[in-house]
Amino acid sequence: MPAEKFFIYLAVMAGVTYLIRALPFALCRNKVKNKFVQSFLFYVPYAVLAAMTFPAVIYSADGLVPGIAGTFTGLVFAYKRKSLLMVAVVSCIAVFIAEVVCNLV
Amino acid sequence: MNSINNINYLKDLKKGIHDGIPIALGYISVSFTFGIMGAAAGLSWWQTLLISMTNLTSAGQFAGLEIMVTAGGMVEMALTQFVINLRYALMSISLSQKADDTFTLPVRLATGFGITDEIFAVAASKNKTINKYYMTGLIIMPYIGWASGTAAGALLGEVIPEILSSALGIAIYGMFMAIIIPQARDNHKCLIVIIAAAVLSCCFKWIPLLKNISSGFVIIICAVAASVIGALLYPVEDGEDE
Repeated sequence: MPAEKFFIYLAVMAGVTYLIRALPFALCRNKVKNKFVQSFLFYVPYAVLAAMTFPAVIYSADGLVPGIAGTFTGLVFAYKRKSLLMVAVVSCIAVFIAEVVCNLV
Repeated sequence: MNSINNINYLKDLKKGIHDGIPIALGYISVSFTFGIMGAAAGLSWWQTLLISMTNLTSAGQFAGLEIMVTAGGMVEMALTQFVINLRYALMSISLSQKADDTFTLPVRLATGFGITDEIFAVAASKNKTINKYYMTGLIIMPYIGWASGTAAGALLGEVIPEILSSALGIAIYGMFMAIIIPQARDNHKCLIVIIAAAVLSCCFKWIPLLKNISSGFVIIICAVAASVIGALLYPVEDGEDE
């Protein structure tokens, strides 16, 4: 890919991504009074993360068995209130072990 | 008086940096994967690094890289980024409700760049309002982690065995689970919303016609539908945050 084309791609990507985050943050200066909207906004982060995680997490590894092993491990550690890093690392380790085992079998 | 304020601001900055460290460490593993993919796609290491430093987003960058590799059009690139990242607009509006007076327009334009899924989730889970010092601190470490992980992946990608790099892909979902599962445990209203979003998302993945819809749209549809369900069934009381 020519360098020029790369920079156009980069500008489009970064520009759209920036505007979509910064503009609503900059323009929305007043507190929302409407109870429905307030409630909606309270639930948004959890709903977004849940929709991004399930079922994608199962397919995030090389094969279904490692994916499910990693997902299960992550769920258990998250349920036990372990830190973000801890849950991420043990999930990776579980996937790795499952991949090694799958390759051996 | 001034010096007391300064001490408090410094404390908030430090608290933000502290809270950002786990996010940063999680980002290193995910951006490392992105670096490897950038190198595999034929980009030079500094190009891949530049993408991470100007975008600071996971799903959007992976999709953008794919479009670059397949020589997709600029409109396709813009639309894809718009759809995948539209969730940030919801998060920005949500977070604007927590931002205090220190968030002047220039500050909002600057910190708006740093609203990612995880930074947002951590900032939004605070019970009180947040100020610009905390927010700035919170963004610093994840940004460094995202950039350095990308550079490491792009430079070292070729020497890492495939079996190891494919085990890193789950890291970002591990972080997501660490944010939503404890919340679901503590708050049954959130549990219902999380289950609704997850079930809807599974439908879009597995039901024949629905699975043709692009992943960016799916996230928005599921998140909006689940949040509406939550807002209708369980309106949040004033001042209730948890």
